Amino acid sequence: MRTISFDGVIVGGGGAGMRAALQLAQSGYKTAVISKVFPTRSHTVSAQGGITCAIASADPEDDWRWHMYDTVKGSDYIGDQDAIEYMCSVGPEAIFELEHMGLPFSRTEEGRIYQRPFGGQSKNFGEGGQAARTCAAADRTGHALLHTLYQNNIKNETVFFNEWFAVDLVKNQDGAVVGVIAICIETGETVYVKSKATVFATGGAGRIYASTTNAHINTGDGMGMALRAGVPAQDMEMWQFHPTGIYGAGTLVTEGCRGEGGYLVNKDGERFMERYAPNAKDLAGRDVVARSMVLEILEGRGCGPNGDHVKLKLDHLGEDVLESRLPGICELSRTFAHVDPVKEPIPVVPTCHYMMGGIPTNVHGQALTVDASGNDTVIPGLYACGEVACVSVHGANRLGGNSLLDLVVFGRASGLFIEKSLRDGIELRDASQTDIDAAGSRLEALNARASGEQVAPLRHELQEIMQNHFGVFRTGEFMREGIAKLDDLRTRVENVALADRSNAFNTSRIECLELQNLFETAEATAIVAEARDESRGAHAREDFTERDDENWLCHSLYQGESKKVSKRSVNFTPQTVETFQPMARSY
Amino acid sequence: MLEVSLYRYNPETDEAPYMQDFSVDTSGRDLMVLDVLELIKADYDGSVTYRRSCREGVCGSDGLNMNGKNGLACVTPLSETVKGEKLVIRPLPGLPVIRDLVVDMSLFYAQYEKVQPYLQNPSPAPAIERLQSPEERAQLDGLYECILCACCSTSCPSFWWNPDRFIGPAGLLQAYRFLADSRDTATEERLGKLDDPFSVFRCHGIQNCVNVCPKGLNPTKAIGHIRTMLLNRAT
Amino acid sequence: MVTSVTSFSRTGLSDWLIQRVTSLVLLAYFIVIAYQLVGSVDYTSWRLLFDQTWMKVFTLMAALSLVAHSWIGLWSVFTDYLTERMLGPKGNIIRLLSQLGASLALFGYVIWVVVIIWS
Repeated sequence: MRTISFDGVIVGGGGAGMRAALQLAQSGYKTAVISKVFPTRSHTVSAQGGITCAIASADPEDDWRWHMYDTVKGSDYIGDQDAIEYMCSVGPEAIFELEHMGLPFSRTEEGRIYQRPFGGQSKNFGEGGQAARTCAAADRTGHALLHTLYQNNIKNETVFFNEWFAVDLVKNQDGAVVGVIAICIETGETVYVKSKATVFATGGAGRIYASTTNAHINTGDGMGMALRAGVPAQDMEMWQFHPTGIYGAGTLVTEGCRGEGGYLVNKDGERFMERYAPNAKDLAGRDVVARSMVLEILEGRGCGPNGDHVKLKLDHLGEDVLESRLPGICELSRTFAHVDPVKEPIPVVPTCHYMMGGIPTNVHGQALTVDASGNDTVIPGLYACGEVACVSVHGANRLGGNSLLDLVVFGRASGLFIEKSLRDGIELRDASQTDIDAAGSRLEALNARASGEQVAPLRHELQEIMQNHFGVFRTGEFMREGIAKLDDLRTRVENVALADRSNAFNTSRIECLELQNLFETAEATAIVAEARDESRGAHAREDFTERDDENWLCHSLYQGESKKVSKRSVNFTPQTVETFQPMARSY
Repeated sequence: MLEVSLYRYNPETDEAPYMQDFSVDTSGRDLMVLDVLELIKADYDGSVTYRRSCREGVCGSDGLNMNGKNGLACVTPLSETVKGEKLVIRPLPGLPVIRDLVVDMSLFYAQYEKVQPYLQNPSPAPAIERLQSPEERAQLDGLYECILCACCSTSCPSFWWNPDRFIGPAGLLQAYRFLADSRDTATEERLGKLDDPFSVFRCHGIQNCVNVCPKGLNPTKAIGHIRTMLLNRAT
Repeated sequence: MVTSVTSFSRTGLSDWLIQRVTSLVLLAYFIVIAYQLVGSVDYTSWRLLFDQTWMKVFTLMAALSLVAHSWIGLWSVFTDYLTERMLGPKGNIIRLLSQLGASLALFGYVIWVVVIIWS
């Protein structure tokens, strides 16, 4: 097996990965990005509404501390306050950098970046009413951001391994991460990519659910690799269901629609969010809105012949606003819902959207684990940023517009920290042949296997289990049934058959490897969701309907090998502001 | 039943490409072409190879030639492309085929990189954003939305004949996106690089690009603007 | 490899502009000719027309425009179709020979026009 060496290797070419790569490439270190798709095909491209940040354009008085307050509250108090403080305070700098790189933000009459209202935003620590804090490039902010980052990586001559798939982490005898095994999809060649710093920016895993806003490629590859390598996963029970996925198709309709004045109606045409969140109404936290929608449907007020969705009304905004502020939504709605939002409301339903959990990291992107006495320890050589990481700035529920901020701020932070570490000198022992072989064993086994089940039906079965047993509302008994089904599925997934053995652009091989990553992510989600016996943020238990701060004001931590769930404390000590104490969360 | 004819080629086993027919049970649903491909890969033949990612027309992975016209498989409903009962799916024309529906897009990306598709402005950046009026920003509409799916460039005969010299509609759209940006100061340098007989001027206004763009963009118009800028610069 | 060396003016803009200007000259010339042809034409009037200096100059101008216009057009066609990409390794030779042939023909036409109208 060939070895290729770099100072820093970033796995994943989405927003977080390319922001980290850009930082490293600018510093002159030999940097490579391994991406299983051409970078601009990464899922960041689908982000619509914007990037939330207190740049004080819409409101000159705006303050990053207000943004921090909203984010802490939105997280249902299990977001780490030091990390949220870092994200919200550094955010403006990161946004202005993007603008200087050329990101085509929409503009105000003053020539500044246009900001729109999003859910969960307030002024003056919840006292001053709705804020407008989400910086937008029409409703194509993710697209604009991803292309801008790719363009600037071209400018800085980052090395891209496009359409290369990372299979597993290589660890040396000290347990430090020293690179990854990767396949060139086009030729089938397997290579050891050696690196002093390996950054996971592999994105989410929405494809564990049957109905998701996520791209086909969001298969939790980073989670799978991490769990297999003994890296823990944090807060995996916390999955965001976006209120407005297009009914039937699952494609996303941005929260920006409601930010611009759209609202949800039930079959009676009632604006039902007024009942559930009298103040913020349709701009309450996403978990709140999604649950309210499901309750409307369960109580028989859903729309359509089966009463299984609600509608998003936009027509009152007028064609001009829709075509200038939400052109992409109009296009998506016409294509996937066969509905013209200028004339009719869009049928929508809560749809799996975002993984709040992930690999625990500190604000520098360093991956963490806990030692026997429960203290955080850094995993040498491994970093994570973006959706696969759990810093944690989103806690139990992410606010709209915070994911793009998360990925640029922490992609950048990882890059900065690695740059400094490289300058100080990173000494890691080389991997032995045994270490490399161990990392290649999963692929080896797949290639050698002669029998087994096909990938597509297995994937379908997995997605159905997750959809049915671990959806918006969860109960212990039903989740235990789901876990039993997953137990049965595990060996079958481990023994998935590879029907096509050719080397050239073999997507079947990739799909098998992805399925195993999906499974690891799904199992972590299932086991931790069953363990957290309270309701918090996106995790809503019908058998434990209340938040339980006494026992669960903490992160969950899951170990892949033992399948054990433990707790990790939440950071309540920001450096420059006072701690936001947990309070009852209402909108 | 839908009759689907797929372009197949595996460089390891096939001497030459061939068309393979599938009868796909769509249960009368108006699926997207990508859904049909997913059905074929899952239920009929797992070795069928194509690219896909977002499945909502924004990532640009699944540009294909469907019944003779380039487009994105994920946002092309059967009702739009199937006339009669037959769907013929081929890779994007004009680029080397790697396998089945997957083409080698290196030449396409090389042309994109050639236009220096990034903002250039050496003056020190302000502490906040560079200001830009809504009118100036509006100049970028219809340009920045490109998803690099290559549907346009691979439908352009000039690009077929000279993919190494003619930048092609996608690259030129991006060239103009930066020429049109009030924040970019490299106009003179950018124009200087476009003034050879191939880069821009191989466009003969055929407008296939406009006809196929899944995002409704108009590269021919952008090329016209570049030509005008070159003319103004020379006179 | 296809290069710009044999193009008319070496820059895309000039070629493009020349092609447009020459087409206007040709259009004007053919309108004049057509106008003449609409009335009854006999040898004497035709001869009289071409005896005038302005018509001789105009005809020469049209002939030169035709040369420039066709060279730019043919160069474009040759560099599209007669290339190594289209024809394999012989592409460059075939294209050069075709260009040589075309330039000889165009040169011949100009000499012919000069001989006819100035003799």
